[in-house]
Amino acid sequence: MKEQSKNKSTRREFLKQGLVAGAGIAAGTGLISSLLDARTSESVEKVKVMTTDGQIREVDIAQLKLPRVSREESHYGIPGRKFVMVIDLAKCKNARKCVEACQKGHHLPKGQEFMKIYLLQDSDKTSPYWFPKPCFHCDNPLCVSVCPVGATYKRSDGIVLVDNERCIGCKFCMTGCPYSSRVFAWKHYPEFDEDKEPYSPEAGSPGKEGTVSKCDFCPDLIRVGKVPYCVSACPMGVIYFGDIDEDTVTNGTDTFQFSQLIKDRAGYRYLENLGTRPCVYYLPPVDRQYDVSLGFGDLNEEIKNRYNETPYVKKHKP
Amino acid sequence: MESDKNILLKEFAPQLNSTGPWGYAWISFLLAVICLGIVAFFFQVLRGHEVTGMRDNVVWGIYIVNFIFFMGISYAGALISGTLHLFRSSWRKPIIRMAEFITIISLLIGPCFILLCIGRLDKLPYLAIFGRIQSPITWDVIAISTDIFGCLIFLYLAILRDLATLRDDDIIKLSKWRKKLYKILALGYTGTPEQQLRLNRATDVMAAMIIAIAIIVYSVLAWIFSVTLQPGWHSTIFGPYFVIAAVYSGSAVLILSIWLFRKIYHLENYITKKHFVSVGVIMLVLAAFYGYFTFSDYLTKWYGSEKNDELLIRLLFNEYYWYFIISNYIGVLLPLIVVGIPKLRTITNITITSVVVIIALWLNRYLIVVPTLESPYLPIQDSRPEWLNYGATWIEWSLTAAGIAVFSLLFTLASKFIPIVPISGFHHDLEDKKEGISA
Repeated sequence: MKEQSKNKSTRREFLKQGLVAGAGIAAGTGLISSLLDARTSESVEKVKVMTTDGQIREVDIAQLKLPRVSREESHYGIPGRKFVMVIDLAKCKNARKCVEACQKGHHLPKGQEFMKIYLLQDSDKTSPYWFPKPCFHCDNPLCVSVCPVGATYKRSDGIVLVDNERCIGCKFCMTGCPYSSRVFAWKHYPEFDEDKEPYSPEAGSPGKEGTVSKCDFCPDLIRVGKVPYCVSACPMGVIYFGDIDEDTVTNGTDTFQFSQLIKDRAGYRYLENLGTRPCVYYLPPVDRQYDVSLGFGDLNEEIKNRYNETPYVKKHKP
Repeated sequence: MESDKNILLKEFAPQLNSTGPWGYAWISFLLAVICLGIVAFFFQVLRGHEVTGMRDNVVWGIYIVNFIFFMGISYAGALISGTLHLFRSSWRKPIIRMAEFITIISLLIGPCFILLCIGRLDKLPYLAIFGRIQSPITWDVIAISTDIFGCLIFLYLAILRDLATLRDDDIIKLSKWRKKLYKILALGYTGTPEQQLRLNRATDVMAAMIIAIAIIVYSVLAWIFSVTLQPGWHSTIFGPYFVIAAVYSGSAVLILSIWLFRKIYHLENYITKKHFVSVGVIMLVLAAFYGYFTFSDYLTKWYGSEKNDELLIRLLFNEYYWYFIISNYIGVLLPLIVVGIPKLRTITNITITSVVVIIALWLNRYLIVVPTLESPYLPIQDSRPEWLNYGATWIEWSLTAAGIAVFSLLFTLASKFIPIVPISGFHHDLEDKKEGISA
């Protein structure tokens, strides 16, 4: 019992100290030099790591080679954890950094997004808002029920993963998911080849033609004490990630007590009535810091056009 | 009695032992279409499913539509032939063989279409190795394989007498290998009273079984859709609705094939207006049921106007307006009018109606699959037109055409191997013969 509570507090420390702590642990296992990859790419996020000779260096997260567990191991959750995500709609201004970091981290081609950002408006008179949507990692996941071969599974830590070595590509899970969270590899995309590591369902990469994939809550990052790509990439701190049993969520800067946050901000789950019991909570878009129109600021044409059919854009068209 | 059989054999000899120039042209045409399908299939395998019109929202396209369609006419064949057999309908004899052929041939083609939807055909054995009973796809795999097995047995029992007749025949000059094949397949059946008794019993049992299996299989197929939470699919009526729609489309395909074979093989003496009207009446009853189920389904969706149901209905009545009118208005009303009014009941009218019904029912499945996937809970926000709306590509159309061609080819070949009208059916039962020929 004592041991357990000690463990718990250490874990909480991890979350609080965030990225440095994660890198520290990795250094402790003497893995850091091997974690560094020679590849250089445009930085999305810098993390501090300790090299084997004790120096602290700042490196691009994309350069970190994360340890990957086997397909077999990926079936079991990280013991004693139950992950939860909270997305603060009041702060989202469609900066799309979460999408970019996710795409890069999972070696996804353009247009095949695990994290999608919708422009929603519940009815004519209500206010439009930006709605980042990862996989909800439902506690009652229909996608898992309908899979004929057990290629997608729910783990003890709440994460729903897809094993693309097992997936036969029948796409039944895609019709089963009411949130359109799953994507299909319609061909072999060149981005898949960027990832030279062996495949692990936890990394969700490299992708495979003819199979289904989706947001995975980045368990490979969690294992080294980090938060998912989208969480650390968001400049506004919109996305919080944490453990529902520890009752803590963090966006990398601020840490909150999950239950209090949900209580104070009237947190809710999207389409609760469907009974899928999502592990992603939303904080309603109240007292917003940014006008919805700011979300169109730096978008390129292709992405701007995605919202052409929304009532908001139609109304404001010159 | 023996002479009756011989007369029949002589009459059917041309279709069994020779193929005219038109026959060869027809078969070559079908083979050409099948080749096109094979090319399309290789394109799809080599370039990935990107060559189809399917995308992340509409993940199932006309392949699934064809799958439901072919399975539908198959179950219909099973239900119609099984029921006619059990009720000993006197007029059934000349057309029952066609219903049996439709059943088994479409049952072999249908599942091929679902395979075209599968992203990784190389991992297909996983369905057996890692199959999970919780998944409706596993139910479907079990149900369809049971159905194929059951229908093959039923068909075999039904043709056994004719196989024996062809083995013993010395009127038609058949090649040696065919004689040999008939001999093996006839299993030493000579028509002793005991053999007849056993065969009749076995056929009765199988007829009853395939009726039950057909209902179960088609319901399971419907549940693949209705167990999901998608607004257009999550409906309790889907099981019976699919069964009715299936039998309905099957009755139409049966009428069309009766008409074609009657024309091609000159069966005017055996297949008469009575047969068209009888199957037409079955089609009429099914049209009424189909209309009723369709109406109930859409009425409840429309009246309650849940947000996503409303979006779907709006889509159906705007972008899919004509599809909806053809499949759910004309497809219901036309048979009611044409078969319902005695004056309009001509062979040509009934056949034209059946063609319209076939098209309407195909569109009905299209309307079930595609618009629902185009209107998910979260609106599709994409700048790529092919992501917003589904449109089948030439790959999918070619494979669809190939499916129809394989169906026609197998039907043609089967009619060359086994008489399309049961020979022994006539000589076996004098009463039936008189009914069948003189009607």
